[in-house]
Order: sequence, then structure tokens, then C-alpha cells
Amino acid sequence: MSKATRGRPWAALIIAGGLAAMAAVLLWDASGITRDGGYAGVGPADVPRLVAFGLLALSVATVVAGLRGDIPAPPPQRAAPVLWILLGLGLQLVLLNLVGFVIASALLFACTARAYGNRNMALGLGAGVLLAMAAYGVFDRLLSLNLPGGPLEHLIFGG
Amino acid sequence: MDSLWLLLGGLSVALDPMILLYALIGVTLGTAVGVLPGIGPALTVALLLPATYGLDPAGSLIMFAGIYYGGMYGGSTTSILLNTPGESASIVTAIEGNKMAKAGRGGPALATAAIGSFVAGLIATLLLAFLAPFVAKLALTLGPRDYFALMVLAFITVSAAFGDSTLRGLTSLFVGLALACVGIDQLTGAARLDFGVPQLLDGIEVTTLAVAMFAIGEALFVAGAATGPALLNATGSVRMTAADWARSWKAWLRGTAIGFPIGSMPAGGADIASFLSYATEKKMSRHPEEFGHGAIEGVAGPESANNAAAAGTLVPLLTLGLPTTATAAIMLAGFQQFGLQPGPLLFITNAELVWGLIASLLIANVMLVVLNLPLVGLWVRLLLIPRYWLYGGILVFATLGTIGISPSAVELGMLILFGVLGYGMRLYGYPIAPVVVGLILGPMAEQQLRRALAISQGDWTTLVATPISAGLLSIAALFLVVPLLLRLRGRGKVLTQLGGDSD
Repeated sequence: MSKATRGRPWAALIIAGGLAAMAAVLLWDASGITRDGGYAGVGPADVPRLVAFGLLALSVATVVAGLRGDIPAPPPQRAAPVLWILLGLGLQLVLLNLVGFVIASALLFACTARAYGNRNMALGLGAGVLLAMAAYGVFDRLLSLNLPGGPLEHLIFGG
Repeated sequence: MDSLWLLLGGLSVALDPMILLYALIGVTLGTAVGVLPGIGPALTVALLLPATYGLDPAGSLIMFAGIYYGGMYGGSTTSILLNTPGESASIVTAIEGNKMAKAGRGGPALATAAIGSFVAGLIATLLLAFLAPFVAKLALTLGPRDYFALMVLAFITVSAAFGDSTLRGLTSLFVGLALACVGIDQLTGAARLDFGVPQLLDGIEVTTLAVAMFAIGEALFVAGAATGPALLNATGSVRMTAADWARSWKAWLRGTAIGFPIGSMPAGGADIASFLSYATEKKMSRHPEEFGHGAIEGVAGPESANNAAAAGTLVPLLTLGLPTTATAAIMLAGFQQFGLQPGPLLFITNAELVWGLIASLLIANVMLVVLNLPLVGLWVRLLLIPRYWLYGGILVFATLGTIGISPSAVELGMLILFGVLGYGMRLYGYPIAPVVVGLILGPMAEQQLRRALAISQGDWTTLVATPISAGLLSIAALFLVVPLLLRLRGRGKVLTQLGGDSD
């Protein structure tokens, strides 16, 4: 999340490192698969290897581009709104199977609204409950999508 | 002609009241998401995929296609009034369209965009109807190696040929290809990259990835950025003057002529078509001095081009099973969800569905012009929804789709992870579409490659042994190398250069 253009070579190095790590995982996994090429001579482990080599090449190219200053500087970003949204997503992930879809999603809604400048958390939560309830009604009941229900869902829509 | 009869047969499917309803829902939703910045047709189709699981396949696919067409119509509205394109294919519309709106000519700008979209959509859909059966017949003669070459070409055009960096495009593509390796190998059944997590054996869901990258990545990015621009209320009357008509109609036809081939050859999507059309209009115009200050051709051409390209994209999608844009990739996932494999055989086994879909697009076009011309004021109101409600809602629906697929922490965790990845990619200017296309086309390309090699008993020269495969691979190589050289000579010139070649 660096704003300064000074940090650019570092960004390139981090991206290149990520690509190389991805390649390493692919290669490591491929090494555990038996070579079973059949008539083709190309088995299930070979395409991941090919992709891994591609990633390694791109990783090197990214380092070169970074050193030459070819990686564009990211636009300035504020951390707080981003963290609010991540908090909302995290809360939904943890609470979903405990309190049900409606409450967990209402929390996500409220946190996102907060990230976008809605200061009134109670209002955000209330609107979130209404929206999530409507979504639950339509998708779980009418379109038979399986959304996890909690106490609130049971109370309103029945078992 | 045969196509005509089949199309008439398709119309009888399309005029079924339920199918009409699906089409209407599709185009309405499509217009709405086109108008709203931050959600595009790709994301909307991805969001709706899980929701349509239990619905009628024909109706759902018609709805998806309606969303695609509608997104192209609606995108122009935001470009013109807000100077923030609702989706990427309307970026050039903003250049002239917003200038027109600022000069109080927003109404005619909206009108020429909508009528141009209608003309282009109509012509391009008819072209699709007449062209598709031929391509499907041709496709029946293609072997695995030709398909592999075709997919390589699609990979290159989606990632490297256009856009501002070959390196970043290819990086995105390879990230998608790496993710595509996760799951059970379709030919031997070997488990790859599952890390002992059972949910990973099925591979990474296209919808999860697409929703995460488009919705969550975008929501994080927009939240982190500074606040958006203010709405221009200067719509005025949508009536066009005689001079507007005279200047528009040629641009509509030229836009269609550019957009349809670009969309239908695996050569990139609607955004490229709209850029090329803009460059052409600028060159052909009798009022070049007006460009940059609100020239109506600069709105009419690109808006027709992006609609024609959207229709063109359906040619490789339906006849070859080859998606060339993110939206098409997700529509392919939609076909697969209903157990349908787009490709030449679809025209034989599911002829009624295919022709119903094509005929519905003609009807959808009529619906769209009605929705967009008299009702444009209504759509503009959508922009008055505070952004915090809008994005809150987007995130709830984004997670809803994933939870609907599987309410497990693994699936939601992946959604968040890919969302953060999408955010990072946006920060550093990496394109998103190649990841999605890589994920869905990767396993198909791998299968075709291994089949081709199995037929030739491991001889790699088989890949260039037919004129078609050799030709396609050479074009792919050209698409990789030429833009690279052009960019070395000076970036930004690339598109103008290509624009100059196309007329």
C-alpha cells in the first residue's frame, strides 16, 4: 500500500516473489504426481510444470521491468475503508454458520457502507438486515439456493 | 435459406411468454448494471449463475445474453452524463459524449448511442444467425490440435495483444492458468494441488474467482480511492436534429462493420472494437476539429461497435465453445452448469435452444431501445443511490452466490483471498479478464493438447501439421510480437496504428 513512487522496485520484487512462489508450489506438487504420459508422453504433471516455467520467466521479467521503473505506481489509497471491508468479509466468514446468513451478511453490509462513508452504523445494520432478509427469502425460499439459516431465519421463515 | 427457417423457428421459442420474461429481466438488469459504475455484465452473470441453477436452461441463457447486450447499452449513459464509464467498452464514449453533455447536448448523445446500439445489435445478431451455422460446420472438421491452436490464439489476444503491457497481461493469464491446474486431472484422474482439501478437488469455481476479482477487488479499490465525480443533470431533450442523424448513420454502420468481426474473431472484446471505431471516426470525419469537443460521430461509432462486438463474441462462443471476453467466459460456465457444451454439436443436439437464444437477442434489442430511449431519465436516477448502499448491496450479493455454491469456510475464504488478489492486481495495473479466461480455458487447452499428442504418439510437430493450426499459431505469435515492438517504439500509438490499418 505504498503511496510513494520510491517504493516501486520493492513492489516489483514482491510481485516477482509471489509469482516465483506460485511456480514453486506448482513444481513441488507436480513432483508428487506419477509420470503417466500414456501415448501422449505428456501426463498430468507436465502442464503444471509448463505453467510454472512460464511463471518463473514472468517473475524474472517483472524484476527487470521493476528495476527499469516500468511498473506503474499505484494510485493513492486510503487504508481505513479497505480494512473496513475486509473486516466485514472476515466477520461474515466467521459468523455465517453460527448466526445464519441474514445477520452475518447484515454485518458485511454495514461494514461496507461504513467504508464508503456511512457513519451511522445502526442505520447500516438495519438496512443490511432488511436487504439480507429479502435476499434470503428470494434465493433460499423461492429459488431453492441453500443458504445457511440461523435463529433469525427460523423465526421469520420457519424451519 | 436454412438459417432463415431456423431463425423463424427460434422466434417461436423466443415469443413464449416465460422466455420473453427472462429476456426482459436480462435486459433490465443489464441496463442497470451498465449504468452503475463498478458492476459490469461479467460480474452480474457470475452473480446470477448460482441463482439460476434450478431454472430453465434456455431462459437462463437468454437472460445472460440479455445482460450482456443490456450492459453495452447502459454503459453509454454513465459515460456521457458522468464521465465515468459504467464498463470498459464505453470508455471512449466518455471522451466525446461527456463533452456533448457539458455543452447541453447530453440528450442527442444518449439518443445516438441508443439508436446506434440498436442498429448495430440488429445487424450483428442477423450476421450471427447467418454466420454461425457455417462456422459450426467448419468447426466439425477441426481436430484437437486445431482447437489447441485456437485456444492459444485466444489466450494471446485476451492477455497480450491489446492493453498497455504485454508483461502484465501475460502475468495475469499465467496466474489464471496456474489456478486452472487445481483439482482432478480430467484425463487421468490424478489429484493436483488439492493440499488435502476436498473442496479443491473439483477445481476452483469460475464464479467464485470472477465474483471475487470483479466485485470484491473493485469494491476494495473504489473504497480506497478518492471520491467520485458529480452527476451532470444536463440531459435535455433526447431528440436528434437532422444534422445529428446525417452525421450518425454512417458512423453506426461503420461501427457495426468494425465491431462484429473484432468480436467474432478471437481478437479481443468490445472495448477494442470501440477504440478502433473511435480512431476510424476521427479519421473519416468531415468535422475533425470537433473531436475532443463533443463530436457526435465519436459517440455513435464506438457505441455501435461495442454492441456489434458483443454479438460477434457469441459466434466463437456458440460454435467453438471459445470465450474471448470475461463475460463470454462466464456465460460458458453457465452453459456447462446446465450440462451443455457449446461447440459445433450444440447446433445439432440443442438446435432449438441455440436458435431460440439468437432470436431472443433480436427481441431483446427492441426491448433495450424502448428501455433506454424514453426511460433514460429513470436509469439516471439509479446513480442517485448513495454509494454506500450500492456497494454494501454488491458485496452481500457477491458473497450470496458463493455461499449458495457451498456454504463452507473454504469457499468464502477463497472468495476473500481472490478478492484481495484482484485488489492488488488493480493497484498495479494488471488486467483481470485474462485470469478468468485462463481459468476456464486452461483445462480445455490442456485436454486438447494432450489429446493431440496422444494421437501423434508424443510427436510435438503435430501441433503445426495442419494449415489451420499452423496458421492460428503464427497469428498468435504475431499478436504477441507485433504489439511488443509497437510498444517499444512508443506506447499509446498502438491502438491508433491498428485503427489506421483496419479501414
